[in-house]
Amino acid sequence: MNVPDDLLYTESHEWIKREGDNVRVGITDHAQSELTDVVYVELPKMDRQANAKEAIAIVESVKAASDIYAPVKGTIVEMNKALEADPGLINREPYGQGWIFVLKIDNADDLKQLKDAAAYKQQIG
Amino acid sequence: MRDHSRCLVWRVSEVAQRKTPLYDEHVRLGAKMVPFAGWLMPVQYTSIVAEHQAVRNDVGMFDISHMGQFIVDGTGAREWLNKMLTNDINKLDVGMGQYTLLLNENGGIIDDLIVYRIGDQNFLLVVNAARAEEDFAWLQKHLQAVAAAVSAANTVEIDNRSTEFGGVAIQGPRLVELFHALFGTHKEPPARNHIVDLPFDGMKVSVARTGYTGEDGIEVFFRATDAVKVWNAALENGKSLGIKPCGLGARDTLRLEMCYPLNGSDLSPERNPIEAGLGFFVDLTKPNFIGRDALLKAKEIGPREKLVSFRMKEKGPPPRPHYAVFQNGERIGEVTSGTLSPSLNWGVGMAYVSTTHAKVGAEIGIEIRGQKFPAIIEKKPLYKKSTS
Repeated sequence: MNVPDDLLYTESHEWIKREGDNVRVGITDHAQSELTDVVYVELPKMDRQANAKEAIAIVESVKAASDIYAPVKGTIVEMNKALEADPGLINREPYGQGWIFVLKIDNADDLKQLKDAAAYKQQIG
Repeated sequence: MRDHSRCLVWRVSEVAQRKTPLYDEHVRLGAKMVPFAGWLMPVQYTSIVAEHQAVRNDVGMFDISHMGQFIVDGTGAREWLNKMLTNDINKLDVGMGQYTLLLNENGGIIDDLIVYRIGDQNFLLVVNAARAEEDFAWLQKHLQAVAAAVSAANTVEIDNRSTEFGGVAIQGPRLVELFHALFGTHKEPPARNHIVDLPFDGMKVSVARTGYTGEDGIEVFFRATDAVKVWNAALENGKSLGIKPCGLGARDTLRLEMCYPLNGSDLSPERNPIEAGLGFFVDLTKPNFIGRDALLKAKEIGPREKLVSFRMKEKGPPPRPHYAVFQNGERIGEVTSGTLSPSLNWGVGMAYVSTTHAKVGAEIGIEIRGQKFPAIIEKKPLYKKSTS
């Protein structure tokens, strides 16, 4: 499974890419593989404020619906509208065009709580 | 990311799971293995959608070794089975099979199964994995009770051969081509719902023309020790036909498009065949079978609820088991099966709704996470093969 070294991760299988004051968030290659074919994505509302570990989006595959959590406290400033027409992007490019939302973070220190690639690799074995 | 679906457990549980004789092959092919009915089964190899399409367009193969097989034989076998099962077994000539139901005294469905007449006095029952032990216990219990009544001169024996047998379902429009590649061009597959024994590479296999996908197909049964040979021969010979090994995920989407009920989801001991729309497989003219009296009564009163199939009217989240069904603000039932149909690219499902609302063409609402999404009750099957 692909676990890029330059990203941060949550225990709940989101990846996090730092972009200045914002973070871009998606689900990992391992997560998309576990979920199987993604057929529907419920995106978070714009400007929504979320606490860390709060469920803010839903990814549904043929077989199951899964919550996606905010990795840290922040505000939704962007979401990937392309997923509405093509939810399979999450399977094909989990770290690229399959990103789900961008969160403006409240406190950059919160990112220290997240896992690095090595720790996430260890988690998924 | 956390699953909150109730329809399928993805993680391997602590409970010991049985492995089919094809387990190592599934792992070697990279299948995602999940616990199902006490077995570790492949849910998918590469993609549920791709495997589904292989069956609709070319050919796919499923491991069905987890299913149960019972042999019933003896001079009283036919008469006795006709008291245990709903369909009329006297319609079966040797080499024929029929879809039938095992009911409790209340008319509730214990299992749906296929019974084949494999000899004058010999029958093969192919039952659901999840119910195999329960079915066998039920049949054994009744054999002791009823055997005396059949007649002292008539014998009935029942044997659970589930662990001795392996099985695969080969399904898809290119089935006949694959059959010829496997068994020789001088042989033809048996007619629909028929079963034959055929020699295969020094083994003996039983081939039945049946399936659970809506496509042309066969189910092949063999000794568990021959499973790997049959599996790999089919994959090898099917390569040029586009064969794909297929998992339980595709099996579920394929059957749901055809509105074939799944025991445990759409059928249960609390549901009778009239509610489930399976009256065609119940012969009420038979003088006596378990559940008959209850069904006659149920028929007279009329079913309170009926199993209907529906399609979502808009693109949106797919329906799932246990979602509530509404009409004009009133709750009228509950979804029992649901998915995004890979062939239709629509959310589809089946639901029990109150009989007064169970009308084809009726608009209903499926409640998903607090919001009602419009759907329409459709005729079965939801998927019809285009003849063009």
